[in-house]
Amino acid sequence: MASSRFIKDRGLTSRMTLVMALMAVLYLAFMALLITQGVSTAAIIVIAAAFAVGQWYFSDKVALAAMRARQVTPEQAPELHGMIDRLCAMAVMPKPRVYITDMDMPNAFATGRSPKHSAVCVTTGIMRRLTAEELEGVLAHELSHVAHRDVAVMTIASFLGVVAGLITRWGLIFGGGRGNNNGGALPFLVIWLASMVVAAIGFLLTRVLSRYRELCADRSGAFLTGKPSALASALTKISGDMARIPTRDLRQAETMNAFFIAPALKGTGLNSLLATHPPLEQRLDQLAKVSAQLGRPL
Amino acid sequence: MGFMDAILGRRKQVKPDLDQLFAVPSAAVTLQVSGGFTPTGVGSVCYRANEGAAFATMQNDVQRLLDADGGPAVERVTDSFGFTWLVCRQEPEAVSELVTELHAVNRSLEEAGFGASLLCSLVIFEHADGRRLGLVYLYKQGTFYPFAPAAGGREQRDNALELQMRGLLGNDLTVEPDLSRWMAIWGAPGL
Repeated sequence: MASSRFIKDRGLTSRMTLVMALMAVLYLAFMALLITQGVSTAAIIVIAAAFAVGQWYFSDKVALAAMRARQVTPEQAPELHGMIDRLCAMAVMPKPRVYITDMDMPNAFATGRSPKHSAVCVTTGIMRRLTAEELEGVLAHELSHVAHRDVAVMTIASFLGVVAGLITRWGLIFGGGRGNNNGGALPFLVIWLASMVVAAIGFLLTRVLSRYRELCADRSGAFLTGKPSALASALTKISGDMARIPTRDLRQAETMNAFFIAPALKGTGLNSLLATHPPLEQRLDQLAKVSAQLGRPL
Repeated sequence: MGFMDAILGRRKQVKPDLDQLFAVPSAAVTLQVSGGFTPTGVGSVCYRANEGAAFATMQNDVQRLLDADGGPAVERVTDSFGFTWLVCRQEPEAVSELVTELHAVNRSLEEAGFGASLLCSLVIFEHADGRRLGLVYLYKQGTFYPFAPAAGGREQRDNALELQMRGLLGNDLTVEPDLSRWMAIWGAPGL
């Protein structure tokens, strides 16, 4: 069997595994605390399951509806479909549904819980600004998200954080009114504080994980097309455009940031801890490394 | 795909089966006898050219190797999707020579570590009434499917003919069972 130029990035993998292990430990500790404080296990499981099922089945529909995306047939968008057809054949994956949204902001995202139930969406802005080769790089990045089941992984990674956040909110609503119960207030206060801490740490860890998944998608997307520089150029173009467009118009798209190829809201002075995407320089550095690897003679 | 692969964001590579290509000559006989399609002697390999000197060098070496036999020169065509087609030409009846050339191109890319960039290989057949049929070999699947552009219309496929040919080809080679993988290859040279 001939060797492939696809070489594993052990550093990236091990850091990602560490983050996921930390998350699991955090959530297990939180669950244990809830149970020791007398919150009924059944209630926790029911809430968690409801959230999991809801996110699992509806995340793609919600995301696409929020973006006012419309599905396009091969007749309506032959070039886009042709590009995705070929990339899917090279990557050996089922073809996702293809959506276009009429938006000037240059961006693309992938959604769906599994490769079979997935969709790729591009804005009309990105199709206008990028060359065919650059757009292909972006699509390869999105298809890597689909192939790696990143939406499912991020959903699972974030949903316990959401539960923790929910309990915090309950604490705010019910905590005050029930304080007259003798001795009932203290455990509730503990849970309330703990769930806030869990939500905060969980949020940060989800963001770290998100950045690693982005780097992974960049890497495998670049190896798929064999043109890391085209993706790098697309990223530069998109980021440049992003910075020029006034932030206020983009704020509506803020909730969609986790799925975009480049975040829409420009974090002015916001530290990189909170970013869903790695900084542009880091992504370009990685693509340069891939390019060097491809150019290396046998 | 295993659970750990999903967690770590990576996928197993499928093992391609290039030897499947050598089933084409017997399929060509079937197509001629039962379908009325004769080989045109044109075949091509479609791949995604990688950036960098390593790929360019390998590509030139392959082309030089194939041209060394003194036959018609190998032609390199880039289509509108940015994919490269390396077109080989032989005498119409020399199907096995053509297949050997296609095999050599596939093998060379694979051995240079660029197997992931291979899309498909194509052998073209022609009917007496002018209709054309492409026999497409999917590198990643190791399977074949027929691709027939409709006679008059632009970018329309003759699905009835394709399905009819699937029935004929089934005994000679592995036909791709998943119809959604029967990718349209508009702009393929010679079709």
